[in-house]
Order: sequence, then C-alpha cells, then structure tokens
Amino acid sequence: MTLIALNSVTKVFGRQSEQALALSNDGVSPLGIREQTGATVAVAETTLSINAGEVFMIMGLSGSGKSTLLRLINRLIEPSSGHVRVDGKDIGELSASGLRALRRNRLAMVFQGFGLLPHRTVLDNVAFGLEVQGQSELARHAAAREWINKVNLDGFRTAFPHELSGGMRQRVGLARALASGADILLMDEPFSALDPLIRREMQDLLNNLEQELGKTIVFVTHDLSEAVKLGTRIAILKDGKVVQVGTPDEILMSPADDYVRAFTEDLRGSR
Amino acid sequence: MFPESFTISIAPPINAFVDWLVIHYGDAFQTFSDGLLVILVALEGFFRNAPWWLVLLLIGLAAYGASRSIRLAFVLIVLSFLMGVLGLWDEAMQTFALMLISTTIAVAVGLPFGILLSRSDRARFIGLPVLDAMQTLPSFVYLIPALMLFGLGKVPAIIATVIYAVPPVIRLTDLGLRQVNKEILEAADAFGATPGQRLWKVELPLALPSIMAGVNQATMMALSMVVIASMIGNRGLGQEVLLGINTLDVGRGAAAGLAIVAMAIVLDRTTQAYARRVQMSRGVP
Repeated sequence: MTLIALNSVTKVFGRQSEQALALSNDGVSPLGIREQTGATVAVAETTLSINAGEVFMIMGLSGSGKSTLLRLINRLIEPSSGHVRVDGKDIGELSASGLRALRRNRLAMVFQGFGLLPHRTVLDNVAFGLEVQGQSELARHAAAREWINKVNLDGFRTAFPHELSGGMRQRVGLARALASGADILLMDEPFSALDPLIRREMQDLLNNLEQELGKTIVFVTHDLSEAVKLGTRIAILKDGKVVQVGTPDEILMSPADDYVRAFTEDLRGSR
Repeated sequence: MFPESFTISIAPPINAFVDWLVIHYGDAFQTFSDGLLVILVALEGFFRNAPWWLVLLLIGLAAYGASRSIRLAFVLIVLSFLMGVLGLWDEAMQTFALMLISTTIAVAVGLPFGILLSRSDRARFIGLPVLDAMQTLPSFVYLIPALMLFGLGKVPAIIATVIYAVPPVIRLTDLGLRQVNKEILEAADAFGATPGQRLWKVELPLALPSIMAGVNQATMMALSMVVIASMIGNRGLGQEVLLGINTLDVGRGAAAGLAIVAMAIVLDRTTQAYARRVQMSRGVP
C-alpha cells in the first residue's frame, strides 16, 4: 500500500528558477541548466511511491539531491512543481496548522548532525516532540524514559548532549523521533558522521527496532552497503533524477545503467 | 564659505515637532513618567533603607548564583563594602537602583527589537544605522527633548540611559538568533513546533549566551552614563563626580570615580560569569 507518493516533483534553488524549471521540463540536464541560468535543479521530475512499513533507501552521491528529496516529504522544503502526497492527501495544500499536525503526528525526522538541543538533558530532548504536541510533563517524561530504555541509554537521562559520544547522541535523536509516535521516520544520513564500528552498531539497532515496530522509514545515505543492509527497496539518485528503484537484489544483479553498475561493482564482487 | 543659498535649517521643524509632542501628548508622557518614577523610588527606597549587610548578602548571592564561585562572590562583596568605606554607600545605592531599572528596561525593549531584526533583513537594514546613531549621537542632544517631555530629575535620566544602553542588547540578540544552528531549527520545524514554541523553547535559549553578552555591555554603557544623568538632576555617584569637578575637589571626584569602578566590576563580573556558565553548560569552551 502506497503511503508516500511523489508525483513529478521538481525543486529548483536560486534565481531564474522559473526559467530553470521550464528548461528542466524540456529535458535539459541539471548541468546544462546550471550553465544557462545559474540555478540549481536539486530534484528533477521525480516520481516515487513508498509503501507503508518498508524501509525505503534514497541513495546517491553528495549533490545528487537526496537530502532535498527527503525534506520535500515533510515540506521543510517546498517543491517548485509537482505534488507530494502522504496517505493520499496532497501536503502542498495543507494550511500551516494542518502541516504542523501532520509533522507532529505522522512524520518524525533524524538528522546527520543530530539536531539536539544543547541546553536540554537527554530526557527533555527525547520528550521534545511530545512537548510540542502539548503533552503534560509527567506523560511525556514517562514515554521518553521508555524510548531511552529502548535505545539503551538508561543511566544517561540527565546527561547533556555534549557529554555523549556521537553514537549515543544519535541514539537520542532516534529515541526523539520514535517517542513522537510518528509512523513515518525520515532519516537524513543519520549514521554518516559516526565511526564505522558505531555505525554498524546503530544499523543493527535500527534493524531490530524496525522488526519490532514496523515503521515506514525513508532513509538517505551515500553508502551502498548501508542501503543494501537496511533497505527493503533502494532508489538511486543521480543529478536530481531517480535512475533506478528496486530491491537490493535487483539493484545489485540487474543495474539499470552504467552509473548504477559502477556503483554496485564493489558490493557485487564481495557477494 | 559654503553658499548660504544651499543651506536648510532643520532646527525649526524639529522644535515644532517637540512642541507639538509636549502640547498634545504632554499628559501621556507625564503619566508614563510618574509610573516609572514610582517604580524607581520604590527600588531606590529599598536599597537605601535596607541594612548594608543585607545588600552585601544579596550582591554575594547574585554573584554566586551567576558564577557558582564562592571566590568571586567574596571578591565582589569586598568591592561593594569598599563603596561604603569610601563614605558613598547612600549614593551608590541610588546609582545601583538606576542601573537595575535602566538595564531591565533596556532588556525589555531590546529583546523584541532584536527578535524583529533577526527575522527581517529589511528591519535590520533600517535598524542597524539607527542603532549606530543612538550610540554616537551626543547624549545631550536627546537629553534636551527628554527634559522637555519628562521634566527634570530621575525619569529623563533613565530614558537617556536606556537609549544609550539598549543598542548592544538589540545587536547581540539579533546576532545570537541568527547564529542558531540551522539543523536544530529544522528539527524544531520537523517536529511541528509553532513559531512561538520554536522561539521560546529553541531559539532564545540557544541565543542566550549572546543575549547575556549584550546585557553585560548594556550595564557597562548604562554605568558610563551616570555622570551625565546627574547633570539633569539624578542623584548618586555621578553627582559626587560632578560636584568634585565643579568645586575643583579632585579627591571627592576620585573617591566617587573609584566607587563607580567598583560597581562596574561587580555588575560586569556577575553578568559575564552568568554568560560564561550558560555557555560552559552546553559544552562550548
């Protein structure tokens, strides 16, 4: 069942975006558009559908538009054209309060740089989503404690973010997203800033939690092995365009073009 | 010589404007002035009538609360004690009350304007030159209209002090808010915070170290106005300096000057220690 649908979504940054948009619709490549107008086409004519309960990986090199694509889903970034639907409803048509309600109840986000509040304890960081929803301190702290336990941070409830290691901080970020009760997690390269060993640990943690919770996860990464390890399906992005969508096996075994083939070379060899 | 036909006189229209203000809104200014005076008199009365050791204790507690350092609290108590030793306790309390009320007003006025400047580039474009003007304009220029509107004495002194002290609060609030980490702001939005929740729970707490630096500068600017404030009838340490100058009594001026320096150190160290402690508690060295 489709939960999130992107329908020919384009996002252009910079001046002359109208002109750039027109060029993009005419099929001019982002590089060509940049030369002609100076505008950057971050996401070009992208159509995707993400199913409930799947872990959907958005994979691409830096500058491929993957973080922009993720932010279009919770409208942190407004599309230049096209529609984004969550549960069949066009989020572009939501009022400010409707959008807030959607973000509070359905969509939670995890950030590469963690995005934690430095002046708050772990407990109050994890409870942030619930606080914004207007829950009482008692209720939100009780919920936060539970999620802190689930990410194995008991004993650090009263610590401040700067007292924690990178891996622990991202556990806080993950607990904050889960505690909000949202059924969709948007994860923007959440483990990229971590050491390889810690990264694997976090991937396993996420895997276990996902087995238990069955959330819909949209996960941005530039690491193919991470995409293959965690993903139900993978979308490969190049210059703001989706070049292939498929299960990890499909991507590895039948790459759509030379770009994907080059990408998957190393992993295929090791399998 | 500059050709006279090119000159225009801006004095008459400004005079006319101030006259118009006095005639039409004089009562409103008077009401405002009376209200402010009540607060200042009460505060001044408290400090002047309170036992000296209680004031010292309060200063020590404030310093300890801000810095969590017994040593700093002790040093600041000794410095405040010296103001009494110099025979200027009563004057110091008057000045202290003026400082507290001016700084409080400067923060109350400066914070919203700082928020406005951080939100709108246009407000900033207009606001920054105005702030520059407020700080460079000789204070006597706005003392004269302040006198006409509020009468002689304490209230115009407060107004003049606030005008001088408010720019750093505005500037550093704007700066602090603009420097808030973009990802943390994104996080607040992504979890569905309203603009108000974002401001109170995220932006202002994160800008607090910068805002406190502004408060610190504001107290210092305010203190540098005490002598000028005494010229329009505000009593206190400034008046002592003024009397020392007028009577060529170098010693008297020096004693009052020392007391002002002591108070400056007390105010500076307390606000600075608080700013630093806030920053340290977030892991920023």
